[in-house]
Amino acid sequence: MLKTESITLNLGPQHPSTHGVFRIKVELDGEAVRDLEPVMGYLHRGIEKISEDRTYVQVVPLTDRLDYICAMTNNQAYAMAVEKMAGIKVPERAEYIRVIMAEFTRIINHLLAVGFLWNELGAYFTPLLYCYRERERILDLFEKTCGSRLTCNYIRPGGVSLDLPEGFIPEAKKLTSHLKTFTDELNTMLTKNEIFISRTVDVGILPADLAINSSITGPMLRASGVPYDIRKVDNYSIYDRFDFDVPTCDHGDVWDRYYQHILEIYQSIRILEQALDTIPDGKVMGRRASRSLRRPPKDEAYGRIESPKGELGFYVVGDGSKNPYRLRIRPPSMINLSALKEMCEGQKIQDLIVILGSVNIVLGEVDR
Amino acid sequence: MTEEEIRKNIFTTTVDAVYNWGRKSSVWPVMFGLACCAIEMIGAATARYDFSRFGMEIMRASPRQADLMIVAGTVVHKMAPQVLRIYEQMPEPKYVLAMGACATSGGPFPSYAVLQGVDEIIPVDVYVPGCPPRPEALMQGFMTLHDDIMGQSIEKVSWYQKEDAAV
Repeated sequence: MLKTESITLNLGPQHPSTHGVFRIKVELDGEAVRDLEPVMGYLHRGIEKISEDRTYVQVVPLTDRLDYICAMTNNQAYAMAVEKMAGIKVPERAEYIRVIMAEFTRIINHLLAVGFLWNELGAYFTPLLYCYRERERILDLFEKTCGSRLTCNYIRPGGVSLDLPEGFIPEAKKLTSHLKTFTDELNTMLTKNEIFISRTVDVGILPADLAINSSITGPMLRASGVPYDIRKVDNYSIYDRFDFDVPTCDHGDVWDRYYQHILEIYQSIRILEQALDTIPDGKVMGRRASRSLRRPPKDEAYGRIESPKGELGFYVVGDGSKNPYRLRIRPPSMINLSALKEMCEGQKIQDLIVILGSVNIVLGEVDR
Repeated sequence: MTEEEIRKNIFTTTVDAVYNWGRKSSVWPVMFGLACCAIEMIGAATARYDFSRFGMEIMRASPRQADLMIVAGTVVHKMAPQVLRIYEQMPEPKYVLAMGACATSGGPFPSYAVLQGVDEIIPVDVYVPGCPPRPEALMQGFMTLHDDIMGQSIEKVSWYQKEDAAV
């Protein structure tokens, strides 16, 4: 009988397809993955610890650098945790601005998720170029609003730092309708591609029960058929005022996870259309916000939102001083990685890259 | 060949100018993103900013084929040995561009885990400030690097010297 040895292959931390500095130790039986072990911490910057030396408002720029594709939603999750702890009320206009920014961020994230997944499949850079083109248009709006493209530092505890600039609403409306056309185009161009289907259907299946047991959230969970969306479950901010669906796929393979992103872009566009039509006038920062953060209570709170990647939560413990006593971050990227081994076992090594691409991780958030 | 044709087709220059012009027009960066800055680095490579105009679009996944290392992001202590190894795997002539506040000085992370500037482990040619730098700022960094390359003399550069005479 032929006896073969398994090979241990080291993937990363410098690897073009690991979305940053992620490392995986893979045990291979020929081409098939027999076992794998993710190694994290190559971007551990100690954000939770640094936060303990910062005042509550000074922590906001650090949250930008967690999931650096979706800075706005990170700001929002942190702001919500602090508001809950200190009992700060947010003006209505600020809530609308938050929803608009969060949904634009979601579109950016989903576009990049699709683009990078196609990169991993070997469509080197072409779909990504289109996605980046649209991303730049959204970033123009962000830049106009807060002066920064990537690390926005815009949503603060108590509201948002500045009001929308002149001409934002008409421009955003124009962009929203353009994004709808673009998503249609992207959908026709990519979704039914034969090579894509043969590479992704039935690859890396994540069953719904495993997804729930691994506490996976976000598009990954919904692609496995569980209609769980914190925007609907918690009705946080003002999401109960908008009419939108929670789309799901049923199979949980890589193709479903890809298509889930496309479906969610359409829902984000629906929310944006409604929010841009109904945004009221008014203040954008709570009146007593800065005063209550100068003397914050001795309390603790957990604020969570549906970030583009899943449930993003901040647990803030205050000891009455100006700084948080402890800040704990629940990163969706890292927890979504927890079922990677089960998804990859028995698959081919080339599919491992595709599966990892469909999980859509950002290392700043995985390692914090 | 008539004298007229010679006048049109021949010009005199220095070896350095031609050699450096060729080198600076095809600086290939190693495909190596660490953190937030990597997203802006990809942004600089895509349609709107398009740094392939400077002959830099070919990002090599292998350091052995690259000339320039863009340290795009935070270098933490766990990653530092790998960064050093990638640098050492690159063949001479090689350049390092520290992109962003983190690679320059540790940036907003004065913490136990973060290397306070990549120049603690490898020599840096160009620093680009910003957190993250805009793609235009990164291109300004490239221009600065091009100027640096143009200023080098083939006679004196270290990689053509015998080992003990290296500058």
